[in-house]
Amino acid sequence: MRERERDAEQGDARNRTSLLKKMEISVAEAEKRTGKNAVNMQETYTVYLIETRPVDAASEGTNPVPDSLWRRYSEFEQLRNYLLVTYPFLVVPPLPEKRAEFVWHKLSADNMDPDFVERRRVGLENFLLRVASHPDLSTDKIFYSFLTEENGWKETVFETGFQAKADSRLKALNATFRVKNPDKRFAEMKHYGDELQSVISQLLRVRARAADRLYGVYKVHGNYGRVFSEWSAIEKEMGDGLQSAGHHMDAYAASVDDILEEEEHYADQLKEYLFYADALRAVCRKHELTQYELEMAAQDLTSKKQQREELATGTIRTFSLKGMTSKLFGQETPEQREAKLKMLETQIEEGEELVKERNGECEEFVKSAWVDIERFKEQKDHDLREALISYAIMQISMCKKGIQVWNNAKECFSKM
Amino acid sequence: MSGSVVDNTVSSGNSSAAIPTDISGQILDLDEDDDLEVFSKDTTLTDGSSFNASMQTSPASMINQYKFEEDADTKDIFVTVDNPESHVTAIETYITYRVMTKTTRSEFDSSEFEVRRRYQDFLWLKGRLEEAHPTLIVHPLPEKFVVKGMVERFNEDFIETRRRALHRFLNKIAEHPIFSSSEDFKIFLTAASGELTSHKKQGPGFLSRMGDTVKAVAAAVRGVRNRPQEFTEMQEYVEAFSQKISSLDKVTQRIVREQKEYLEELKECGPTYALWSQSEEELAEPLKNVAGCVDRCCKETEEQVKNLSDQLIPVLHEYVLCADTLKAVLRRRDNIQADFEAKTEALATKKADRDTMRDDLDKAEDRLEWANNALKSDWTRWQKVMRTDLRSAFVDTAERNVSYYEKCLAVWESFLHSQRTDAEGNGKVDFS
Repeated sequence: MRERERDAEQGDARNRTSLLKKMEISVAEAEKRTGKNAVNMQETYTVYLIETRPVDAASEGTNPVPDSLWRRYSEFEQLRNYLLVTYPFLVVPPLPEKRAEFVWHKLSADNMDPDFVERRRVGLENFLLRVASHPDLSTDKIFYSFLTEENGWKETVFETGFQAKADSRLKALNATFRVKNPDKRFAEMKHYGDELQSVISQLLRVRARAADRLYGVYKVHGNYGRVFSEWSAIEKEMGDGLQSAGHHMDAYAASVDDILEEEEHYADQLKEYLFYADALRAVCRKHELTQYELEMAAQDLTSKKQQREELATGTIRTFSLKGMTSKLFGQETPEQREAKLKMLETQIEEGEELVKERNGECEEFVKSAWVDIERFKEQKDHDLREALISYAIMQISMCKKGIQVWNNAKECFSKM
Repeated sequence: MSGSVVDNTVSSGNSSAAIPTDISGQILDLDEDDDLEVFSKDTTLTDGSSFNASMQTSPASMINQYKFEEDADTKDIFVTVDNPESHVTAIETYITYRVMTKTTRSEFDSSEFEVRRRYQDFLWLKGRLEEAHPTLIVHPLPEKFVVKGMVERFNEDFIETRRRALHRFLNKIAEHPIFSSSEDFKIFLTAASGELTSHKKQGPGFLSRMGDTVKAVAAAVRGVRNRPQEFTEMQEYVEAFSQKISSLDKVTQRIVREQKEYLEELKECGPTYALWSQSEEELAEPLKNVAGCVDRCCKETEEQVKNLSDQLIPVLHEYVLCADTLKAVLRRRDNIQADFEAKTEALATKKADRDTMRDDLDKAEDRLEWANNALKSDWTRWQKVMRTDLRSAFVDTAERNVSYYEKCLAVWESFLHSQRTDAEGNGKVDFS
């Protein structure tokens, strides 16, 4: 199912960026490595094989060996941080979770667990495809070299200075400030992002608990298998029927493993949008920040203009320490006043420039961000609907298995 | 009488002891006498020569040993237990059940009867049947009081479960070739409350019952020396069967518990999808739809759990009690044999009262012969009934599970269908 999805993703007309028209991208494998880390201690980590293959080669049927390189999760993180900082007005696709969350008891929370690694591999591939199918992100040079340059990429990305920007960005987004006139649409989107995050978290939690319980129900039926088998040993005519019914009970108990593995895939789809909600909120926050900075500059300009007016007319309308002290200690000399006025004029000029600049930034941001948000909305609606459909298909498959097992058991029971 | 007995002395190579050809006459006599020692020394009852220790196990011989027709067309008595009602007196509160009988049997004065009975009355009937036939297998009654799970005596579910069990109990009695002709059974089904009370009082006096108990204890202490192999095998089977059926009971109860916990979690899923739909525009409809589907599956799961509790568990539980009954029956048989062995020894060693002792010994021998034969026939009958009961209980359970999955399947398929017609209409999704 994954293969088909990947092909569908790459082949979908809407996602045919020029990058994807050129190359096929996949994260084909995962491997364990050991090495020395930054503090010179032994560590084990996983690396993922990124394969790229020119599109025409595949269609020609020659099937040459793809280009490939190995990357670890932390490098993917660096790439994403770079993208966040460079395109703050875009809803940047999320990475698969760093640590396993919303696990039900049988599922391992261990990062080295092979099932987790496999699901992460799929998630990383999905991330790369999302970026590659984004009209703006797919053209980024750093992204391209991430896919194609094994050595030197780290240095290249560091040279962009994104790390420092990433740190200050995080700080700014988490700061508390109040915006007077945010764009209504962005305020609504931020609210939506909050709600989406909250409801998907709740759904994932409930689902994990239900999966746990379902596991219990199926596995207990395995006990039927054991007892039927033991009972059949002491019976004459009933023996065969009981014995074979027992086998079906064992099969029933075993079937839950596949069922829940498939459901994990559905959970991963939900998780992607849980993290997407975060990315969406970040864009709205960024808008608030730019708006706030504009408002601060405008406020500053207004106050400077006011000061100039007061100085010029000699009236003090606004309270200022200078004003009070001058009242107390006497007026300043005309020369002093002249100097001050001149300084204010310069500041006002600079302030007007700043306001103009910031206003432009704000408008620019709002425009590009809203385009991407609309694109994101459409993608989300499409993807989540698909996810719900695949959930229904999973439920149907589970029901069909149940019908089969119990019909078989019924036949055996009637032979008791 | 709803059962007939066939003599099997000719049927197969290793024959077992001959089964009485016609015990109907003896049955009525027995029921009137509570004291087992009043067995008449009738040679048709016993055939000491062909007493063979090995137990018949081949299907053919089992059927031949004790054939009785349980077909609906030959059934001539129908009993139902329903309509529980609570009665409050100054001293106590109790429940009575309506017991309705429809019969064409000549020994009944009328063809329809309706009486009200309480649990105590059922206990009395069971006791009477056990006393009269110590080595026949009486179907168990539901327990007096369920301590585990803190079920209240007057809880609706408890009363309903008990009612069903009482219904099954009476039907098992009615289907039993010997019990169904019991006078006590007839009185139970037909007598007005006052009549029943006075009949109950006619039972064996306190002293006589005491005497029986003392005898039983003495016999138990003595222990049996030469238990025939077939009864030892029976005991081994009963031990194993008891374990297995108890395990099944426990496993089934565990399944019910797990299902209930699953249901608790599942119940939160639907509302979460519904909550989500409130924040969405395009997705609102499919999300609401999924919420509805999950809720419907919840209802089906709830019903499935209820079925398991109401149908399978009571049957398994009854057979757990049956195993105990079987153990008791085997013990009683052992006691009768022990008594016979003791009397044999007494005759060999004591000098005085030889005539009385010889009489006693003969009676004890008869009683033993009778007990063994009765047990063997009823054992065969019981196994057949057990097989039928458990088979149909499990088949029933399997059918219900299939039906459960079929209903859930339909729910999700209707969701898919609604999404397909939507999608193809909008030209959004290609399902090919």
